[in-house]
Amino acid sequence: MSVSQSNPSSASSTASAGLAVEMTGLLRTYGSVNALDGLDLHLDPGEMVVLLGPSGCGKTTALRILAGLERQDAGTISVGGRDLSHVPANKRDMGMVFQAYSLFPHLTVLDNVAFGLKLRGRSRKDRRQRAGDMLDLVGLGEQKARYAHQLSGGQQQRVALARALAIEPAVLLLDEPLSALDAKVRVQLRDEIRRVQMDVGTTTLFVTHDQEEALAIADRVGVMNAGRLDQIAPPSELYSSPATRFVGEFVGLSNRIPARVEGEVAHVLDARLPVLAGSAAGAGLALVRPESVSLVPDEEGHAKVATIAFLGPVSRATVTLDDGTLVLAQLDSAAAAGLVVGGRVRLEITPSPVLVVGA
Amino acid sequence: MSGAWVWRVSRWLLLLAFAAFFLLPLVALLDFSTAVPRTGGRTGAAWQSLLEDPQMTAAIKTSLLLALFTVIGMVVLLVPTMIWVKLRVPRATRLVEFLCLLPLTIPALVIVVGIKNVYAWVTYLVGDSAMTLTFIYVVLVLPYAYRSIDAALSSIDARTLSEAARSLGAGWFTVITRVITPNIWPGVLGGAFISVALVLGEYTVSSLLNYETLPVVIVLLSKSDAPQSMAASLASILFAAALLVVLSFLDRRRRTPGGK
Repeated sequence: MSVSQSNPSSASSTASAGLAVEMTGLLRTYGSVNALDGLDLHLDPGEMVVLLGPSGCGKTTALRILAGLERQDAGTISVGGRDLSHVPANKRDMGMVFQAYSLFPHLTVLDNVAFGLKLRGRSRKDRRQRAGDMLDLVGLGEQKARYAHQLSGGQQQRVALARALAIEPAVLLLDEPLSALDAKVRVQLRDEIRRVQMDVGTTTLFVTHDQEEALAIADRVGVMNAGRLDQIAPPSELYSSPATRFVGEFVGLSNRIPARVEGEVAHVLDARLPVLAGSAAGAGLALVRPESVSLVPDEEGHAKVATIAFLGPVSRATVTLDDGTLVLAQLDSAAAAGLVVGGRVRLEITPSPVLVVGA
Repeated sequence: MSGAWVWRVSRWLLLLAFAAFFLLPLVALLDFSTAVPRTGGRTGAAWQSLLEDPQMTAAIKTSLLLALFTVIGMVVLLVPTMIWVKLRVPRATRLVEFLCLLPLTIPALVIVVGIKNVYAWVTYLVGDSAMTLTFIYVVLVLPYAYRSIDAALSSIDARTLSEAARSLGAGWFTVITRVITPNIWPGVLGGAFISVALVLGEYTVSSLLNYETLPVVIVLLSKSDAPQSMAASLASILFAAALLVVLSFLDRRRRTPGGK
């Protein structure tokens, strides 16, 4: 029984250089909820973009619509210049790794990886060769004859990655592939996914709610909020220059310290800091990273140390300002050694640009 | 006397009690079907006639074929439908379940009375053959087959498996035949076995529609040649039991790691 599926784009997908992805004006509603509210997203060839956001922000919906597993109510999708807006999932040529374990239980690891190749009518020798190569790539060359239930969670997800890449997909889609795994495996596999992705050069969309994961592996991170992209930028830019309050608060830890904006300058405590575009005018709250705050013991200081936590190379201290505001500071452990709980301190803030939001 | 000892003894007593409950009637059947009246001797005549009596062999053939066609009809009808409902129209689940369980709530007698009119047309269109019972039997086995397949389908993540297959390029036909069905095979086999057992034992409908299936002939013969009818009963029970053993063996072999 051989049911071969026609695969219109197999010719274009043989090159692993990566294709550009263009999603325009995507709209999707479930009842009265706008899961996607006019999403525009562009991926450069070979780029890895991570969509980051809290649950219900629409990131998974965006990925599933790109995969063709869900229909958009409006908007277009094109990959490598080819319009895929109304092409069914099985003809889109996208490799996908799911959050839930998705290996076919009745097939061996090798047959799982070769499944997509079989559908494409590749010869038996050819698909065994290719599937074997893919398993070597994810470091599971020795597990070919095993079944899914004989593998650990991390191994299963690696096989799923190999299976998705075996078909030389136009785009690789990763839907929270690590969230079912324990912390140590998660970090290891995350780095491995990035290595493999850079190896094969496939344009990749990765969806996660874990910001550390996103910042660690992305070329660019897109932060989604209520069905829209709030900001899309390289991880370091996203971290240092959040465009909106949501991004500033969602990505990394932020203190919210009362501030007053005058022109291009924010007055935060005693410091004068440049403000980022999009900041509120007048009185507001400055979003200040804990590592931008340093504490200097000072009897005249306007804050009191509440707690100190030793984390190895760095320590985290919370201080209470005289107006009751709690501020978190991250310091070298050497600097933290001079602090005592209950002692008065002065806050010094690194003069990097801050986002000031309305109180 | 320790608790474990009591436990072990009572376990054996229970086992023996149940074995006796199930096996004694079978032993009685065997005894009756092989006894020579008054002399106390043994004879295999009744068993031999199972293979020689044309009426009996025809009935056995009819029932076996009916079982086969019913299983094919059930699998072809139910398996794709249930997978489709599970993946594509989950809100129809309740409706399909209700429809499949419906035959259970209607007495066979009522079904026959209702279906007799329909069968006038069936005989007119496809001819008067006992094989036309397949249509009714497929309906009669639905509730049992549904339960069995539903359990298997609930035990796998059908949605994710189908989405994975589709992203790899599989159309719906391939998803159903090569991804989902192989993974619910134990449930399908279970449903098939129940169907066979049901068809081999179905009396009411075939008798009222005047078709000579095995149960009908067994009842018929019990009035003229009781030993032969007993032999046929025992044979059909043993056949169903053997089928169960074979099917569960097939099932186990599939699930053993490394077995294919």
